[in-house]
Amino acid sequence: MTTGAWWGVLPAAGVLLGVALAAAALAGLLDPAGGSTLARRAGRPVWETARLLRQRRRGVVAADTLLWRLGLAGPLVVALLMVVVVPLGDRVAADLPVGVVWFNAMDVLLWAAVWLAGWGSNSAYGLVGGYRFLAQALGYELPLMFALTAPAVAAGSLRIADVVAAQRELWFVVWMPVAFLVFLGAVLAFSMSGPFAYPDGRDVAGGVLTEPSGVDRLILLAGRYALLAAGAATAVALFLGGGSGPLLPAWLWSLVKTLAVVAALVALRGRVPVLRADRVMRVAWLGALPATLAQVLAVAMLAVGRG
Amino acid sequence: MAVVAFVVLAFVAVASGVAVFTVDSMARATFALALSFVAVGGELLLLDLGYLGVVTVLMMVMEMALMAVFMVMFMMNPAGLMPMSMLHNRRGSLAVSVGVFVVLAAGSVFVPWPTRRGEPPADPTRALGEAIMGSKMLVMMAVSAVLFATMVAALVLATARGRYDRADSPERP
Repeated sequence: MTTGAWWGVLPAAGVLLGVALAAAALAGLLDPAGGSTLARRAGRPVWETARLLRQRRRGVVAADTLLWRLGLAGPLVVALLMVVVVPLGDRVAADLPVGVVWFNAMDVLLWAAVWLAGWGSNSAYGLVGGYRFLAQALGYELPLMFALTAPAVAAGSLRIADVVAAQRELWFVVWMPVAFLVFLGAVLAFSMSGPFAYPDGRDVAGGVLTEPSGVDRLILLAGRYALLAAGAATAVALFLGGGSGPLLPAWLWSLVKTLAVVAALVALRGRVPVLRADRVMRVAWLGALPATLAQVLAVAMLAVGRG
Repeated sequence: MAVVAFVVLAFVAVASGVAVFTVDSMARATFALALSFVAVGGELLLLDLGYLGVVTVLMMVMEMALMAVFMVMFMMNPAGLMPMSMLHNRRGSLAVSVGVFVVLAAGSVFVPWPTRRGEPPADPTRALGEAIMGSKMLVMMAVSAVLFATMVAALVLATARGRYDRADSPERP
């Protein structure tokens, strides 16, 4: 694993935004309301970006502009900070010894960011959306933490490069499928999509998406797709063997796998109903939490057994 | 470079700590405190305590987000439209805080610091854990598992019916 100079973060950011754009294009393709022809639908993120860039910002009386803008930029910034520790092939922008915990800390930053995005707008719907995200986060965070623990325990290291290297013989998805599925669920949850599109739900007029307009809205929407992309890239590194694969170079394998995971997540998220926060809690704490604990136990015993 | 980072982070930590008491909104006070803790986490990273630094950021941001919820819930005026003062018991708190600051600052200046013996360990986080917990590590690990199980069990018992008392609840009278 090689770490470049500080500008190594620029390709990482470029790849992240590219994958996020691909995810948005696929989401446009899959949405019949997006346009009459396939080309129109696939180009939807581009048209939408152009429209939002030209749109004038709508103001709200007595909005806390500082906190609001911080919250709106939060998801995109968090996604960029997440991929800093995720290797693309055998290159990584920052090879932190505690990369797994770093990823976890960054996703916790979303608790603050989304709440601020709701609170700062001084709108009842926005605030309800912010609270909904916290309620949902309480549900998904602990299963996510244990799902992250499993690959770290198996590799005996918190460095993501070591986790990738430990999968040379067998991808972790094979012997920790529960952790993999819970992780993907958590990615959908922290990017507020699919069954977890509750903080930005249509029943509260868009929740945290109610008030942001123009470039603010663009940043928030881009941040949601970037979070999906960052989560998928991390899933590839932690469970799907990173850049390992025949024939193609490692970075291309990482990219292909990431795009495949993103495509699966985007395809899935339009097909499941939104869950209320108390139902998320039920699924997460009565189902996913014991399952991931059992998974970590099994992985730990296997890891000890192998020595 | 490390010195510059230390000074900047220390300044951010202290300045946002001051901001907690000077801003007029509950949300701003909460997240100023969170920023202060994040800067402290950065200082820990500078000490090569990577795990502790990142975990500090993780725990503190989570804590402050939940604290914001409870503060807004229990305050009559959460200070959105109506600004409010964040200060209570001005004189008493001023005396206590100045006293604590003087004691701590005097301690850091007058204590004879030991000179370094040997090299810093390869893994400072492990060394710190050994130094603090040492022989109690096994007990702490066992207690943490029991505490966690207790918390989950208590929550499951307390919210078995949930807020909405749904038709698919397991036990209905």
